[in-house]
Amino acid sequence: MIAVTVDPRPIDIGAEYAALAVGGAGGIATFAGLVRADDGVEALTLEHYPGATEAALVSLAEAAVARWELTAARITHRVGRMVPGDTVVFVATAARHRAAALEACAFLIDRLKTEAPFWKKETLAGAERWVEPRGSDDAAAARWNDAI
Amino acid sequence: MATEILYFAWVREKIGIGSETVDLPAGLATVGDLVGWLAGRSAGHAEAFADPKRLRAAVDQTFVPLDAPLGQPREIAIFPPVTGG
Repeated sequence: MIAVTVDPRPIDIGAEYAALAVGGAGGIATFAGLVRADDGVEALTLEHYPGATEAALVSLAEAAVARWELTAARITHRVGRMVPGDTVVFVATAARHRAAALEACAFLIDRLKTEAPFWKKETLAGAERWVEPRGSDDAAAARWNDAI
Repeated sequence: MATEILYFAWVREKIGIGSETVDLPAGLATVGDLVGWLAGRSAGHAEAFADPKRLRAAVDQTFVPLDAPLGQPREIAIFPPVTGG
């Protein structure tokens, strides 16, 4: 019921979705994160910590499944070089009812941003710069800290 | 005992290598102590580790604060705050 993928190949959202639409699901929530062309960004390169990344994502998915009684959770994160419009991350949750699926999906992407070891580097006008963490991401992740 | 040290993102770029194997000297109590010791290995290490507040770490793939006990790990990773998603 849990599937985690970290892969340089483009994300097949149709296949990800189809894998969730089984096993008693009554509602599916999805989030797709895309590369933005902010400030003239030409490319985004994602680096990660092999092994630790997958373990962190599995841990997050297990927490979501337990907290919201999901029927399935899938997290797919692309790594390597991407261009604006490409899908970087796809998170999908399935549950018997919509509230659980929607909340769990938001939890997963919020926590992924602060807990999974990925790093983004932008290419602009031929130069490269590492993306700095944002305080708003910490705040978004912290809102799930309240009692279960 | 040999310990594998992994570097990611701009930490890796400043040091110029993604990993190295070191024999930890006695007397390193915390992960932060290790970072201080590693900073002496080269100019690149010193630059990467100049501001410990910008660093995060994992000991045997468990994320820990820099004041965490070092112990006798097989693998330590040092990297900037994460920016995925």
